Amino acid sequence: MRPGEIRVAINSDQDIVAARQKGRALAIELGFSTGDATLIATSISELARNIVSYARKGEITLKVVQGSSRQGISIVASDRGPGIWDIRQAMKDGFSTSGSLGLGLPGVRRLMDEFEISSEPGRGTIVTVKKWKQ
Amino acid sequence: MEVPILKQGEVLIATFQAALSDADLEHLRRGLVQQVVKFRSRGVIVDVTAMDVMDSFASRTLREIAHMIRLRGAETVIVGIQPEVAFAMVQLGLTLEGVATALDLEEGLAYLIQKFKNID
Repeated sequence: MRPGEIRVAINSDQDIVAARQKGRALAIELGFSTGDATLIATSISELARNIVSYARKGEITLKVVQGSSRQGISIVASDRGPGIWDIRQAMKDGFSTSGSLGLGLPGVRRLMDEFEISSEPGRGTIVTVKKWKQ
Repeated sequence: MEVPILKQGEVLIATFQAALSDADLEHLRRGLVQQVVKFRSRGVIVDVTAMDVMDSFASRTLREIAHMIRLRGAETVIVGIQPEVAFAMVQLGLTLEGVATALDLEEGLAYLIQKFKNID
């Protein structure tokens, strides 16, 4: 494990809570406002839930990232689940294939500053999001 | 982490003590609906002051709780949503449409008492 990197295995709904609490603690430690820490924790909760709902298991990695003039936090949610067939559709509000609200991904994109997704059907999904300190 | 449910006259009060997992929320939903039936309660207050995050699952479960309890003829009020949690919910696109909310326990009780008066 590299310094400043926290890995949380996601296998159950309990792990969702653990991951978001670790994310919040890291955000506060870095000096994020409690408001931004809540946005980060909420994003982690949604990303980790997607892992549990669609892939059953995966991993959330929290990292401190250094921009040119500011610090930030990056969250990588990765799994080897079924992947997403149509990313464009998955990024639309209201889209869901698991009977949930389906607001997860577009919502998370609104909560964070940067959002990247790559997915290969049958191989898995990696979502990377970043939030910069104000 | 189980959520204790207190009975205060015609009202049930469920107070979150800490962050809840999905299983805890589902447990709460079952427990509240059962107790509303058992005690013939007319009102339910769910105090979420200690809730760190209100994500899509939590808000959907709270909405389901309120709707189930309404079908029993009782009213639910969610109290204590923290300002930063409310901000994150709005950004995420989550609403508690059709569910009454109040600032805190006191205002939630006042809301229910008013509601009961209008019905009696």
